[in-house]
Amino acid sequence: MSSNGTRPRIAVFKFASCDGCQLSLLDAEDELLAVAEAVEIAYFPEASRRMAKGPYDIALVEGSITTHHDAEAIQRIRRQAKTLVTIGACATAGGIQALRNWHDTAEWVRLVYAKPDFISTLKTSTPIAEHVPVDLELRGCPINKHQLIELISATLAGRKPNIPTYSLCLECKRRGNTCIMVAGGVPCLGPATQAGCGAICPSMNRGCYGCFGPMENSNAHSLASQFRVLGCARDEVERAFRSYNGWAWPFRRVFEEVPRS
Amino acid sequence: MRKKSYRLDEKGLDALIAHLREQGYQVYGPKVEDAALHWRPITGCADLPRGWTQELAPGRARLEPDNSAALFHHWTCAEGLKAVLHLPLVRIMAARRDNGWFRILDNPPPAARCAFVGVRPCDLAALAVLDRVLLGDRYADDIYRARRQGAFLIAIHCQRSAPTCFCASMGSGPRARSGFDIALSEFAEGDAPEYFAEAGSPAGMDLLEACGAAPAPPDWSRAVEEGCARAAAAQTRRLDAHAAPQLIDALFDSPHWDHVAKRCLACGNCTSVCPTCFCVNYEDRTSIDGREAERWRLWDSCFTQSFTYIHGGSVRSSVKARYRHWLSHKLGRWQAQFGTPGCTGCGRCIVWCPVGIDITEEFRQLQLSAAAAASFATKD
Repeated sequence: MSSNGTRPRIAVFKFASCDGCQLSLLDAEDELLAVAEAVEIAYFPEASRRMAKGPYDIALVEGSITTHHDAEAIQRIRRQAKTLVTIGACATAGGIQALRNWHDTAEWVRLVYAKPDFISTLKTSTPIAEHVPVDLELRGCPINKHQLIELISATLAGRKPNIPTYSLCLECKRRGNTCIMVAGGVPCLGPATQAGCGAICPSMNRGCYGCFGPMENSNAHSLASQFRVLGCARDEVERAFRSYNGWAWPFRRVFEEVPRS
Repeated sequence: MRKKSYRLDEKGLDALIAHLREQGYQVYGPKVEDAALHWRPITGCADLPRGWTQELAPGRARLEPDNSAALFHHWTCAEGLKAVLHLPLVRIMAARRDNGWFRILDNPPPAARCAFVGVRPCDLAALAVLDRVLLGDRYADDIYRARRQGAFLIAIHCQRSAPTCFCASMGSGPRARSGFDIALSEFAEGDAPEYFAEAGSPAGMDLLEACGAAPAPPDWSRAVEEGCARAAAAQTRRLDAHAAPQLIDALFDSPHWDHVAKRCLACGNCTSVCPTCFCVNYEDRTSIDGREAERWRLWDSCFTQSFTYIHGGSVRSSVKARYRHWLSHKLGRWQAQFGTPGCTGCGRCIVWCPVGIDITEEFRQLQLSAAAAASFATKD
């Protein structure tokens, strides 16, 4: 991208989300100046008033699609982006707000808002990839800033970014951690979850929350069965899988008998 | 070399460790950390897991209090010696771009003189397997060699077996026969444990002499043999590795692989804890300004999708194919490739599999399905 001497143009877009993922870019304090020198930050409303028009070399898209307006906007963004990268659990799986997908959204709107008439929303919260083709996903709630920097560095160098899709366990074991599931009987989503966070929670003796979503060939069903063996009630198991990435099919299918549409 | 054996008490063992440290060794031993045993640097017997034993079962490991003065009433650390000798993450190259020049920076291998206290016979056997794989051919692994060559090994014979042990059937234990500098056996009936120490190398003998170890009582050797024989007899798991090479090819289409794949998470815990799984992957890292580049080597696993990625896709795209490959290689094809099975019967893959998949049980089921198929064919 930088082979012709021009800096790649980067844009950051936001849909239904908490902003935590795009903040990861601003949070990359040590690298931020180098990033700003190496790329042109063309559109990033959270960081700059400058809002340059497309096309963009990389569009980083945060958040899930929850309104008619979102659903149209993402189409325009896709047309403007050479490479579209979704960042974070909302964009890659629908996020925690996808819990609405199992319930009656209209009823929730009536319960939550004083004037429900002002609310115009879709019945579901869905990941970006259900609307437009996505070139790469950075997982996590929030994403790991090192993975974001790696994406930018790799793009500049013209190489494939090192974004593993295997299990968190490999990362955890390379750190030399004790497996808290085997040694402590703690339900841990690590064996079904994609690596990339650096095994933060198991390193602090907490089970993985699965915020990086399902790994490749995720066998969530077998892991869920083992949670039952460890003494979890069925609803506890369901809550474990139905969180940030609950709508991602490999997690969702554990509790849904219907075949994938 | 003269075969000579000595008698050591705990002070003697402490002196041994102190001597090694004075000689510049980083001494590792089994140490309690985060509710498990790990190979960690130790400074003396006080760091060893006195008062602890282990409860080991498929998918389950617990440290249990043990009313004994013994330092070695446990079995295996969570990881094999490869965690120290075949590092999980190591930089193999660094380069910098400077005024149009591309410079390869000095990147010395992370050499260290490592000594290990309390190496189980299965883990000694695993080192022999790793040596064959990483050093036994024309192209050897320099990083492994730098750490392995200077390693000083103090083994401990197993006089008790864990429920997950099957070294007796793999011929790698419970008594170590070779590959050590010193081999200990622990007698911990009283308040103070005592050790029967055999020298396995000139360096081992020198160290024992330097520590002023007394000769062992004549009947200790037989007591150790008997203790190890009892440990072997107590093992309930076994694996017939000699049958594996023929069986594996015949069982490629066995329906049993589908059965395992339903449970297998493809998480790679088994390959991570296996003391002989040696596969690595390489990663290039570059700085944002494009001036610096590094190449890192990290443990890989045949359970990942990327492991068999070639142009257009992965050869083993299903979990079934990956488990089949792992077991087939570990037990069968390893023998054709390297002369021994890749399994030493340590039982780690059984213990540390989050869903408790048991390689001995899977292999037994495969043997049964082969036998059933054979008898069906005969009836025809």
